[in-house]
Amino acid sequence: MKETMSQVVVRDRSVSLLMYARVIFALLGRDLAVLKKTAAFFVIRVIMQPFLFVFVFTYVFPKIGQGVGGGGSKEVEFSTLLVAGVVGISIIFQAIQAVALPLVQEFGFTKEIEDRALAPMPAWGLAVEKILSGAIQAIFAGIVVFPIVLFVPATAVHLQINWILLITLVPLAAIVSGTLGLTIGTWIPPTQVPLIFAIIVLPITFLGAVYYPWASLTPIPWLKDIVLVNPLVYINEGLRAALTTGVPHMNMTYVYIALLVFTILLGAVSIKGLQKRVVG
Amino acid sequence: MRLFVSIISTRAETVYCICIVETSDPVAKLAVKAVKLTKTYGSKVAVDELDMEVKSGEIFGLLGPNGAGKTTTGGMITTRVLPTSGQVYVGGVDVVKHPAEAKLEIGVVPQSNTLDRSLNVIQNLYFHGRYFGMSRKQSKQVALDLLERFKLADRQSLPVSALSGGMAQRLMVARAIMHTPAVLVLDEPTSGLDPQSRLALWDILQELNSDGQSVLLTTHNMEEADGLCDRIAIMDHGKILALGSSAELKRDLGGTSSLVMKVSGDVRQLIQKLMVEISTDSMTKIVPSDDGLKIVGHDVAQLISIAVTSAEALSLKVYDLSLVEPSLETVFINLTGRELRD
Repeated sequence: MKETMSQVVVRDRSVSLLMYARVIFALLGRDLAVLKKTAAFFVIRVIMQPFLFVFVFTYVFPKIGQGVGGGGSKEVEFSTLLVAGVVGISIIFQAIQAVALPLVQEFGFTKEIEDRALAPMPAWGLAVEKILSGAIQAIFAGIVVFPIVLFVPATAVHLQINWILLITLVPLAAIVSGTLGLTIGTWIPPTQVPLIFAIIVLPITFLGAVYYPWASLTPIPWLKDIVLVNPLVYINEGLRAALTTGVPHMNMTYVYIALLVFTILLGAVSIKGLQKRVVG
Repeated sequence: MRLFVSIISTRAETVYCICIVETSDPVAKLAVKAVKLTKTYGSKVAVDELDMEVKSGEIFGLLGPNGAGKTTTGGMITTRVLPTSGQVYVGGVDVVKHPAEAKLEIGVVPQSNTLDRSLNVIQNLYFHGRYFGMSRKQSKQVALDLLERFKLADRQSLPVSALSGGMAQRLMVARAIMHTPAVLVLDEPTSGLDPQSRLALWDILQELNSDGQSVLLTTHNMEEADGLCDRIAIMDHGKILALGSSAELKRDLGGTSSLVMKVSGDVRQLIQKLMVEISTDSMTKIVPSDDGLKIVGHDVAQLISIAVTSAEALSLKVYDLSLVEPSLETVFINLTGRELRD
């Protein structure tokens, strides 16, 4: 009977992968159309956190004589090392927001993900699209942050950009963040997603080597080891290497390996999570 | 003979691939075929070795109470639920083995409003077309045509949240047929709709069907199954209990019909006369009722003229005559021993 069936298949299967790529492209088009509609909100969402960060730590504190990292050249150093941290935190935070939060609604009561889940491609295709969509928004977020971290601080910021590191790390960081967002969005029950900000997003951002280089945690060895499970540590260490000189950073080989491992691991977990959600 | 139009768009051009499948192939006539389709959740069997065929060009209804396994069956046919065992084919494509290809053949209208809230009315169609490989220009054109056809053209720029229940439903049907699927699957399409929208939807489905669209719908609404479906499968506890056209089901499983006649005058006299006129077998009974009599049997409609003539011969005035036919409700009660309720 199966032979009989296969004769009736009229659409060419050999174009499958190309077809999936086209569907993913169309889905990204949908996400960008939605983003364009809400561009003003997106910019506000992206700017607020890094702006407040940089404003309080590198403008207000030095002005009121509570400079972080001591006075004089130490303040300059802090403003400089914070750049990488703020770019990194914006990337990871925006990717999680862009991927996980819409899924709360789409998987929840409205089930509006369904039309996209019924697009002609396997469930993993939708997962890949969500990760890419989150990554693109995260890269936007990272780029938007640069002018803020350069011009808001009261003290001068001295960046020494290593373009090769920057151009390879930002997309990698964005993709890792997208997989993290999708993992959260697919494995945490929709009603519990607000909770993830308390138990996942806050620890990741507060203990993500944002305000200090990872090496400076040496006096607290247990914390120095524990934070290695945090992908933001590698993102920020890598970005610090890409943006500054003279600030200690982790060996770049470890940074790339760790980010690739996180991509594969979280990618697989999130694809599995999405499959579970769209196919009962 | 069935005509498939496959749209393959590349960056530069759009290629229409027209494939003709000969009628000699019996499978080609099937929009849906399920073979021993089973779904279990833990120890609970939701769908139990279900065999089913939806012929190309028909409206097929799965009728049953809530919890009968209709939605799960619909889910398995439309790639949204993975069968525990068994096979299901849509437009000849194995749904479990090739879900992505099968999705090209499936149009789904779910029970709840799943329109994309982040997009407006026309964008819901436009992006659906894009997901299914249409070029930008083509998708926009088809979307506009569909909005016109489904009387939503004046609302194309509204957010979908501004649509009434009936309009949202029409938009979902338009979206589901946009990629010319082999079968349109609707899950409880009219539950929650007002009567007017319900009738409008039935009209739409009949019109689509007259253009050749195969339709599979699940419903617990008897009227819907009766009036709309070419064939009905009555389902309960994950199994199909009976299958046939509404008339066949009623004839074979609906039990007796009755002719209720109200007359003024001596009813006993009439009953005696009818006993003679009608060669009453064990299957046909004549019993007195309020202000008249009732003839109960399998095909009592043919007795109408005899009954009226007999009454007139006795100078009795017939002031009311009604035929109570077996209904799908009685079919269901006869099959399961219980009523079909929401």
